[in-house]
Formats: sequence, structure tokens, C-alpha cells
Amino acid sequence: MFVRFLEIIGASVLELLYFIGDVMLLFIGALKQMPVKIRVRHVIHQMSHLGVDTLPIVSLTMMFTGMVMTLQVANEFIKMGAESTVGGIIAIAIGRELGPVLVGVVAAGRVGSAMTAEISTMKVTEQIDALRVMGTNPLGYLVVPRMLACMIMVPLLTVYGDVIGVVGGWGVAKYYAGISSYVYVNSIPEYAVLNDLTGGLVKAVVFGVVIAVLGCYYGMKAPEGAEGVGKATTKSVVSAIVVIFMLNVLLSMVLY
Amino acid sequence: MIKIENVSMSFGDKKVLDNINLEIKDGETLAIIGGSGSGKSTLLRLMIGLDHPTGGKIWLRDKDIAHMPEKELDELRLHMGMVFQYSALFDSMTVGDNVAFGLREHTDYSEEKIAEIVKEKLEVVGLPGTEDMMPGELSGGMKKRVSLARAIAFGPDIIFYDEPSSGLDPIMTDKIDELIISTQKRLGVTSVVVTHDMDSAIHIADRIAMIYEGKLIAVDTVDNFRRIEDPRVRAFLRGLYIGKEA
Repeated sequence: MFVRFLEIIGASVLELLYFIGDVMLLFIGALKQMPVKIRVRHVIHQMSHLGVDTLPIVSLTMMFTGMVMTLQVANEFIKMGAESTVGGIIAIAIGRELGPVLVGVVAAGRVGSAMTAEISTMKVTEQIDALRVMGTNPLGYLVVPRMLACMIMVPLLTVYGDVIGVVGGWGVAKYYAGISSYVYVNSIPEYAVLNDLTGGLVKAVVFGVVIAVLGCYYGMKAPEGAEGVGKATTKSVVSAIVVIFMLNVLLSMVLY
Repeated sequence: MIKIENVSMSFGDKKVLDNINLEIKDGETLAIIGGSGSGKSTLLRLMIGLDHPTGGKIWLRDKDIAHMPEKELDELRLHMGMVFQYSALFDSMTVGDNVAFGLREHTDYSEEKIAEIVKEKLEVVGLPGTEDMMPGELSGGMKKRVSLARAIAFGPDIIFYDEPSSGLDPIMTDKIDELIISTQKRLGVTSVVVTHDMDSAIHIADRIAMIYEGKLIAVDTVDNFRRIEDPRVRAFLRGLYIGKEA
């Protein structure tokens, strides 16, 4: 019984190591393809996809998050007489953690899944083989533009999401908690520093890479058939979200 | 010339190809026939470097491609074209963009010149004026023809066809066969056609090779092939289940 238990643990660890190795190989392969050729038109196409697909849901997510954060913080801080710090606290929380993480999660669900579905369909219908037959490296053609688009767009969406979150917080602070706009806005530069924003942006770049690499990896490894495409898509989103949360802890330790 | 030397291929414990030896001469059309799962498509994938054999060598342009790095293979593949079983057209691109793909990727040609080449190749396959159509709007036969136009756009020396007549009605099958013959004559290319359609193989090929359970059991000119007495070949020629004759 105990031996069987150890075997299961061992097999899981091996599987995890294979997975990490495979993903790293894909990532390194894509990095090697970057100097060969960057298809600017494809990068812009992917960026527009990412932006258009994600902007509305980022707006909603960040606005409601900013609002609920303020709802929880404002009442307690008013009791302690610290209402003049609410804007700063909200800006720091959103800039450092909530902005990049939530935008990353939203992008993983909206864009990472679409990448996996698209690439796995291409694989099943031999389109990836067709690329190779025509002397085009699939990593350079499919992964690099998606990776660059995510590395650019996730931080941009994060900046946008940060602003929306802080504005949402302002709405609740002013109309629910009765904190004046002047106090809320003034507390932001008082407590938040540029590093709160830039640190969040560094995280967003890393999360962008994670979303693109895992989205493409699961697409390229998808088993044959419609069921395979569906399973690959789910795995891609779940893995990306878990990795984003894990890396967020590590990055917070390093950056702040 | 393509030379296949002692090539074997296994997937896990399953041996798909067993010690295949075959030579394909420049400018000839070789049909590789065999039943479903016999290993003929795997052999085709090995010849174009999409998979690597577990044993043996594959000589193409005097280079062994069996274990060649992908970068070198990419350069070699510019001299080859392939028509896939299900066409493998890029479904997010128009017909014109599909045919132009290789030219845009690997040449500095102007868009005008590319448009000219695309127009010419689509005319060759009998689909003039379809540049702006999407693959989803095409029938199976039209997709195969666009796939051929894409394969010849870059001026290859060798064209590989994977089951070109699968899923097509007899009339369209005949059209595709004629197209394979006319392409071979017009461009003087070497053609390797994997098919399970005996009539097509006899119609288009100079020589026929038969693979049976991963082994190459016969290779000869069309006339000689028809006279082979091996019961497995005879059964395939007559379209009989192998168990009835063998």
C-alpha cells in the first residue's frame, strides 16, 4: 500500500518535471526564433485580438474589484480616522497585486483558451504540418507573435485596469462612504509610489508570457479529436491561472 | 533522387515500418499503395522530414534527412511541396493568401509579382478567380486543387501527395489524377503519391510500390506490377479482403 502510494507520488513528480521541461523547451525555442524573423503584422493582429476580446471584461472586473475593495476598507478606516489613506491603499493594492493578477486571469480565460483552441484545431487539421512542410517554423510563426502580443498587451491592459479600479474605488468612497474626492485623490500620490505601478507591470509582462506559452503549448500537444481540443483548452486555462498565482507570490517577494 | 535505406519506424512497441528499401528516380511518379494502417502515410511523413525514423537513412539531394536538424530541413523543404489528405489549407486565410504563403515567407517578391504567380497557379489547377474565397467556401475537390496550387507555387522539385483522391467522387478523383499527371509533365517534378485507390495508382504512376503490414512487398513498373503473382498484391489489385485469397 505504502509502496503504491510512493509510486503514485513518483509518477506525478515525473509527469510534472516532463511538463515543465516541455514548456521550457517551447519557450526557449520561441526565444530562439525571435531574432530569425518577427512578423509585425501578426503581432499587431494578435494585439488587436487580445485588446478587443479582453477590454470589456477587464473594465468590469477591475471596476467591481476597486469598488468592493473600497467598500471593505473605507468603513473600517473611517472608524480608525484614517479615511485620508483610502485612495492610497486602494491604488497600492490594485497597482501591486490586483491589477496584474486579475488582468492575467481574465486574459488567460479569454485569450489563452482561444489560442489553445485555435492552435489545437490547426494541429488536428494538419495545418501545423503544412507550415513545417513549407519551411516555416511553427514556433516562429505561431508562438512568437502571440507571446510578443501578450507581453505588450497584458501590461497595457493592466495600466488601464489599474485606472478603472481606482476610479471604481473613488465612486464608492465618494458616494457610499462619504470621503471627498479631494481626500481620495490626494492620498494616492501620498502613499503610492511609481514602483507600485512598475512592479505590477513587470508582473504583467511575465503573466503575458505565461498565458501565451501555455496557451500555445497545450494547443500543440492537444490529442486528436474534438474532445482533445476541449480538454486542452480547459487544461491551458487552469494551468495558466495556477502558474500566475504561484509566480505572483515569487514576484512580490522579489519586487517589493 | 530519393533513396530510402533500411528504414524502420516504431511508435512505442508498435513497429509501423520494417526495413524499407526504396529508390525514387528524378522525374518519375511513384505511387505507394497499401491498405489502411499499412504504414504508407508514415513513410511519406518520413520522406518530408515531418517524423524521424527509428532506424535507417533517407537520402534526399544527397543529404540524409533522417536525423537532420529542423533548420536544415526547412531549407531543403523549399524544394518540396505536399498535398495533404485533408488539404490542410490555412482556414483563417483566403485562397490567394494560402497559395502566396510560401512566397511571402521565403522571398522578397513584390505583392504584384506574388499576385501574378498566385493567379497563374490557380489557373493551372483550374480555379481562376478564386483568390478572395475562403477555404470554408470550397468543396473537397477544390480544396485539394488549392492545396496543389500552394504546393507548386514555390517551384518544387518533388511533390508529395497524401491520399489525393480520398473523400472525392469518381469524377473529381479523375480530375485530380489528370492534374497530377499534367503537373508532372509541365514541371518535370518527381511525384510521390500515397494512395489506397488502385485505379488512380495505375492511371498516374510510372511505378507502383506496395506496403503490407509495414513491409515493402512489391515495387515495379505499372505493367509488371499488374502481373505480380503475390496473393497480397493480387488481392489489392482486385479489391478483395486479403483473407479471402491469401
